Amino acid sequence: MMQRAQKANLQMADRAIGASHATDWRAQTFDAFERAGVEIFCYLPDAGLDAFIHRANAGNARRAVVLSTEEEGVGICCGAWLGGKRAVLMIQSSGVGNCINTFSLVTNCRFPFFLLVSMRGEFGEGNPWQIPMGSTTKEMLELAGFQVFRAAHPEDAVTMVTEGLKMAWRSDAPVAVLLSQRLIGAKDM
Amino acid sequence: MANYLPRAEAARMLMDQVGDQLIVCGLGSPVSDVSSVKDRDLNFYLVGAMGSAAPTGLGLALAQPDRAVVVVTGDGELMMNVGILATIGIKQPRNLSILVFDNERFGETGQQVSHTAHGIDIAAIAAACRFPHTALVRQSHELGKALALTHAMNGPFLAVIKVDHERVPMSIPIKDGVLCKGRFRKALLGTY
Repeated sequence: MMQRAQKANLQMADRAIGASHATDWRAQTFDAFERAGVEIFCYLPDAGLDAFIHRANAGNARRAVVLSTEEEGVGICCGAWLGGKRAVLMIQSSGVGNCINTFSLVTNCRFPFFLLVSMRGEFGEGNPWQIPMGSTTKEMLELAGFQVFRAAHPEDAVTMVTEGLKMAWRSDAPVAVLLSQRLIGAKDM
Repeated sequence: MANYLPRAEAARMLMDQVGDQLIVCGLGSPVSDVSSVKDRDLNFYLVGAMGSAAPTGLGLALAQPDRAVVVVTGDGELMMNVGILATIGIKQPRNLSILVFDNERFGETGQQVSHTAHGIDIAAIAAACRFPHTALVRQSHELGKALALTHAMNGPFLAVIKVDHERVPMSIPIKDGVLCKGRFRKALLGTY
């Protein structure tokens, strides 16, 4: 009996540590946006982005922009920089495909641009409809002119977002950080 | 009276009263219309990325809430990304106006008739997206009223301006996006 209770307690403690670690990297990643002076967050939801969307909406209400389709965010981020403000786009991998032609605004005008992508259609995916975009997201972004960094571990995410934001704004470059499905967890389907 | 304004006249009226408004022109004829009356540093021209004029205007309006931002674009360009009207309706930027030069054609590609020729009503879509002010403009005195509203800072505002579909020679003063971005930012912010 005692052993079972102890085991259950240990399991609970493990889960709590896991949860706080998971919360930490998300919180630290969002902190990196704020430290970099990002003032506008454009997004279409994904489960893997939920914590970021929550934080974006929890601050000044004007800073979060929910989109009807991902390519709106490309124009909004570029327009914000025309006006001197830093904006980022947070979407899921399938939405990358929706943006492709509008990325010409970024590359033709050499706008600094930062894209955070939560991956679907890879590790542990249960929905085959996510696989065509998910399995080609990195290559598509590279073909579109992006510097792409793929975060597989919590510490990668914080570092890559921090450095990716610097690179975008110091080099006037389009940068994407992909949050792998192994990192954020596959959605139950 | 004619039911359509000559687009050159609409562009001239717009640019005669532009003041220090920030202008974003969408792909195609609106770039030519506006720039041939007055090319200025505070005009930003999209010559591609179809559907991105209104999103770019929204980003600019959010970044510069005290400056009037005017998007000038075509009916086809706006329809490509018409969901942006819903996004704008959520954000309610008081300083954003969208002027749709509606020739009821896909002008650049051979004058094929577009959605609005079939009665699709962009002003009604904007009204349904919580734009507090919308207008349908067919006459110059109506355009005068609509242009006054672009300065009123009580938007978002959208006007559909019915313009003729005569082809006029296109003139695009800058196709270099880096230059266009840089001169705009330098004029607005003092930095490239």
